[in-house]
Amino acid sequence: MTIAAVLMLVQHAYDAQVPVHGAPWLWFTIIKILVVFTVLMVTIAYLTLAERKISAWIQDRHGPNRVGPRGLFQPLADGLKNIMKEETYPSAAYGPLFILAPVMSFIPALITFAVIPFAAPLPTPWGLVDMSIADLPVGFLYILAIASLGVYGIVLAGWSSNNKYALLGGLRSSAQMVSYEVSMGLAAVSVLLLSGNVSLSSIVATQIQTGWFAFPLLIGFFLFLVAAFAETNRLPFDLPEAESELIAGYHTEYSSMKFSMFFIAEYSNMVTASALLTTLFFGGWAVPFWTTVDTAPWHWWKTLITLVFFMIKTGFFLFLYMWIRWTLPRFRYDQLMSVGWKVMLPIALGYLVIMAAAVLGLEMAGIAPTARLGGFVPIYWAILAVLNIVLAILVFVVLDRGRLVSPAYARVGAVELAELRAMAMRRPPLTPAQGD
Amino acid sequence: MPNGFVFEFLFYLFGLIAVVSAAIFVTRRNPVAAALWLVNTMFCLAALYIMMDAQFVGAIQVLVYAGAIMVVFLFVVMLLNLGLPPSVADLKGKGARIFALLAGLIMLAEVMVLVRQKLPAELAWLPRETNVTTPITDSLFRTYLLPFEITSVLLLVAIVGAVVLAKRRG
Repeated sequence: MTIAAVLMLVQHAYDAQVPVHGAPWLWFTIIKILVVFTVLMVTIAYLTLAERKISAWIQDRHGPNRVGPRGLFQPLADGLKNIMKEETYPSAAYGPLFILAPVMSFIPALITFAVIPFAAPLPTPWGLVDMSIADLPVGFLYILAIASLGVYGIVLAGWSSNNKYALLGGLRSSAQMVSYEVSMGLAAVSVLLLSGNVSLSSIVATQIQTGWFAFPLLIGFFLFLVAAFAETNRLPFDLPEAESELIAGYHTEYSSMKFSMFFIAEYSNMVTASALLTTLFFGGWAVPFWTTVDTAPWHWWKTLITLVFFMIKTGFFLFLYMWIRWTLPRFRYDQLMSVGWKVMLPIALGYLVIMAAAVLGLEMAGIAPTARLGGFVPIYWAILAVLNIVLAILVFVVLDRGRLVSPAYARVGAVELAELRAMAMRRPPLTPAQGD
Repeated sequence: MPNGFVFEFLFYLFGLIAVVSAAIFVTRRNPVAAALWLVNTMFCLAALYIMMDAQFVGAIQVLVYAGAIMVVFLFVVMLLNLGLPPSVADLKGKGARIFALLAGLIMLAEVMVLVRQKLPAELAWLPRETNVTTPITDSLFRTYLLPFEITSVLLLVAIVGAVVLAKRRG
């Protein structure tokens, strides 16, 4: 109890208006930080194993299977190896930033998770404890803000290495992240339209009342998903570290634990992005069709069940990341930029206008978000879902006309064929090199 | 706003870091290092905003300045691979320096006068809102809608102007 008393005094010294006998939130926060950090690090370690096992499964081979039963201790061996390896310092590198860069990509990746609510509140003898480290009133904006800082680590790694491949990787990454951040933010604004608040706990609370946002905001969800892949630098958007062109991109010059920190940052960004997709579009920790668990009065078993559901949903998106990585080839750099600026951004802007008009229209028609037609069908949600499906068909059929989403095995379209022929006609004839 | 000892300590700590980083920022010769010190200043300002319950402003400070504008600055600095300039001072000549000193002193005096004034009572304590964006949207999109829209048109004009100038030279 003495530690609790000390913490209470520290708390009082921070804010004298809070009564000394109040709930020791500082105490709970410290415990939550320790637990979440540990769980996150272990998850990341085992995600590397999962990635290798899934890639092996997709490519029909065994994957790591030597360390421990079925290769289960492989992450420990990898960690040990990374610590024991020699650290190299390129002589031409800019020292302070070369050391700072891995840290600057590692820290933002970890602290974004702080605002994500991962379970129903837990009742304790000292009051209700929120199951997120800090339920910030600006939760979603905090995530956007911190996620936008992740690029510093990559850019500075590329610049300070004083290596042309690393610099190209860093430049690509900064251009890519700035481009896709805009679409990501705009896609998420549609969520904020429905929830009416930027705090993540109230976004989850709204979804418990009205249903998941993935269906009434289908296009917004897909835009966010694509932008999240681009922001985490995962395939098909891993241009900053494209092996076939840039050796290893921004981390070419790094070795041992500093190299490993870039990987930990990438995987923790993946975890945060998956948790964010779950929270914004799939009801967060809410259990579908079981309102008893999702609503007060709270109980410890409710916290447990909702935690498990949160993990399942997040795990699904993590699997999706890996599935896509081992299925799709990498974009070309100009394709990446044109998808970002010429496709994603106009669609996101237009979508936002249409959704805002639809929400306003439903409000004027007097349909409440919680209204149920015949006591069962969520009418608000259904109207928006139908609107989204119509919009999706319009986007794919009318706007696209088979140019962008035509599959790789399809025949070349008439338009593209004409363009290719025109390009071939424009090209000057090849001249023999000197001395031939 | 909390008023305990730790709060005051943190307030002065972040303020000190912000001022020191700003001073280092203007004296660096390496453009990348200077940009990073500026980011540090932005961060401390965001921390100060958040400590004063202006959480929206704090988040936007990091998102817009540190996350977008400075990233573009760094991008340009790296793309052009700017070397070290011969001198960090923009002001050349004695007259300009004396003028700069005078301007600085006048601004310092203004700050001193402002610090001595008392805050209006209703500003000193505002109730804590659960929805932090509502007060800002209220003033942006209701009370000051016209000035806000005019500002955005001004920014648009600046962007179009920049594009036109860039095209003309090429």
